[in-house]
Amino acid sequence: MRDPAFPHRHLLGIEGLTPAEINYLLDLSDRYVGVNRGPEKTSDALRGRTIVNLFFENSTRTRTSFELAAKRLGANVINMQVETSSVVKGETLIDTAVTLNAMHPDVLAVRHPDSGAVKLLADKVNCGVVNGGDGSHEHPTQALLDALTIRRRKGRLSGLLVAICGDVLHSRVARSNFLLLLTMGARVRIIAPRTLIPSGVDRLGVEVFTDMTAGLKDVDIVMMLRVQSERMRGSFIPSVREYFHFFGLDRAKLGQAKPDALIMHPGPMNRGTEIDSDVADDVERSVIREQVELGVAVRMAVLEVLANNASAHNAAGHNAAGHNAAADSRQGLPGRTGT
Amino acid sequence: MSVATPGRVAYINARVLDPATGRDGPGEVLTSGEEIVDVARKLFDGHPPADVEVVDCGGMCLAPGLVDTRVQLREPGEEHKESLKSAGEAAVAAGVTTMVCLPNTNPIMDDEPTLEFVARRARLLALTKVYCYGAITKGLQGKELAEMGLLAEAGALAFTDATRAVADAQVMRRALQYAATFGLMIIQHPEEPTLATGVMNSGELATRMGLAGIPREAEIIMLERDIRLVAMTDGRYHAAHISTADSVEIIARAKADGLKVSCDTAPFYFALNELAVTDYRTFAKLSPPLRAENDRRAIVEGLKSGVIDAIASDHAPQDSDSKRLPFPQAAFGGSGLETLLAVSLDLYHNGDMSLLEVLRRLTSAPADLLGLEAGRLAKGRKADLTIFDPDQGWKVIADKFKSKSKNSPFDGRPVQGRVLRTVVDGRVVFNAMPHAAKESTASPVNRTPAKAR
Repeated sequence: MRDPAFPHRHLLGIEGLTPAEINYLLDLSDRYVGVNRGPEKTSDALRGRTIVNLFFENSTRTRTSFELAAKRLGANVINMQVETSSVVKGETLIDTAVTLNAMHPDVLAVRHPDSGAVKLLADKVNCGVVNGGDGSHEHPTQALLDALTIRRRKGRLSGLLVAICGDVLHSRVARSNFLLLLTMGARVRIIAPRTLIPSGVDRLGVEVFTDMTAGLKDVDIVMMLRVQSERMRGSFIPSVREYFHFFGLDRAKLGQAKPDALIMHPGPMNRGTEIDSDVADDVERSVIREQVELGVAVRMAVLEVLANNASAHNAAGHNAAGHNAAADSRQGLPGRTGT
Repeated sequence: MSVATPGRVAYINARVLDPATGRDGPGEVLTSGEEIVDVARKLFDGHPPADVEVVDCGGMCLAPGLVDTRVQLREPGEEHKESLKSAGEAAVAAGVTTMVCLPNTNPIMDDEPTLEFVARRARLLALTKVYCYGAITKGLQGKELAEMGLLAEAGALAFTDATRAVADAQVMRRALQYAATFGLMIIQHPEEPTLATGVMNSGELATRMGLAGIPREAEIIMLERDIRLVAMTDGRYHAAHISTADSVEIIARAKADGLKVSCDTAPFYFALNELAVTDYRTFAKLSPPLRAENDRRAIVEGLKSGVIDAIASDHAPQDSDSKRLPFPQAAFGGSGLETLLAVSLDLYHNGDMSLLEVLRRLTSAPADLLGLEAGRLAKGRKADLTIFDPDQGWKVIADKFKSKSKNSPFDGRPVQGRVLRTVVDGRVVFNAMPHAAKESTASPVNRTPAKAR
């Protein structure tokens, strides 16, 4: 039977999750934070299970975080780094999905440069899929680890005032974060030059600011976003120098926020571009390293829930592989031991 | 002229015109140091104290100095065409006390040092006040956004790629968005470059002359596109030197729709039509080109209705080598500073507009568009004034221009309206007042304000 508190096969995004489901994942993550800090970091919750990290985009920290999370749960982990071909991406992706599915993984952690690609893949497999970031769409585990970091420091999410600053236009982290924070009853401001503000974002429930001084006023949390350097040569931003001057987080701009405001960044940081080292390394207020730590705990919680749900799903005889379902069933392939 | 701070000066016996307040009538203005301290019907009950210098205006017009929002100064880079000094002398002789220069200098004003160089040089010359626009794109190439935020902090009033249109729609969209981030205005030379490959207005005359035409649609298409982008981005947009009847309609519609849109035109476009290029007169080769008579009339109507916010000289000095060429090879552009007031006064003399309304489009209206303090006669404002005789006739002789370049399409034209004195920050920077007028305190000639006929 699927976990009644989180009955989804996949975690493709924050959109559609209820506050109770988010809290459930955060509570479970919280327990794993304790495990990770203890001397014995490995459990056997997912012993014998297979987790595949399928990354169509370069990533070090997210892939490492998923890998470590899976290993600490006792699962077997395979890392696949796939170069995306410039032609017929869709076909290649579906072929990859069908191939992988035949190997019976329990959970796929997938990152892809195209928005919606992870869902396309999820529709073609029997296992659980966790979105490790798709294009400019969603990055749900990042939002969960950010929420966990905030909740542990502030004791709550509801009622907090959170500023998300920088390249919101291209950021899946920003989308997942404001969706989660708004769902949990926080107030969210986005602060960016207008070239980096997605159209219609104000209708999604966030407040839009184009001035850091005004936007950071009295906020509890300052979330900085990474700005890709190729966007700072005149297409969206004239220069790094100008961006840092107006939108980089430094001590003066931070002075507008509440005295106990936390500074967050999904990494990797561009020091001197979107954030000054002085504030990034402020031990009193910067929780950037804590975000990395809690990321492992959140991914352990997500992998555990999805792996168990995947087993329950397959035990119930579902098969996403369509016309092969009956044949596979006869051979008893999808029906692994349920929990 | 002296850079020393002047004392108190009373300008008496004047017809005081202040478009910002609607004042037009006999009056007097008192300045102290750099500022205006009083504007009244009669100062000191007619008995100024001994320490006040009295300037009798002899019933002539006293108005805020003109604010010219589109000039090319050619310094740095092309000082053989114009310099800050020659342009400054031309400007003060024309009653212009503030001018804003385009960034198409060499080096281009897409960085702070060039902007600061011009500002510093202009300050040292102490003639007309000079402000700068910054480039929208690096190198005016229309591709990558220039550092608009930092340029604005260095003093750039607004942003434009000067005589080039921002042709790429995505670049224009982002320029409008980025400028709006800082509340800044984008000024466009509205001309679709792929259509504007000719040398004069498209039509019958171009066909007869065998010259390649620039269709009116080049301007119309670019304006319509830009207005869509303004609606999409909520940006602040200004169309420079509009020249067609359709352009006036497009701007009127955009304003009615509540968009942040404004525009200006130059005297060329309400005082001349394409016939000025007959005989292949390269001095009348302008960008945009002089249009047909119905367009010219529509521009006059646009000024009357207020759809066209301001008049700017569009001063584009070119040396004679650039103009003494076969028409297709000659450079675009006309010298405009020294004829700005006199040719604009045609609108008044022809009965199209009141004197006050003509002056509004040369003073407070352009100042308001750029957020400048200039262009009004009010207590506490800088004493930037011009005294002129609106009726005095003269003939434009380009060879007598103070500007280094003599490429005026108005050369030989009889005009009315002569600047007698120009004051910047209380200092006299140009003076052609007849000695008699200064002394004639006995019987003031208070002319009644001429009505628009």
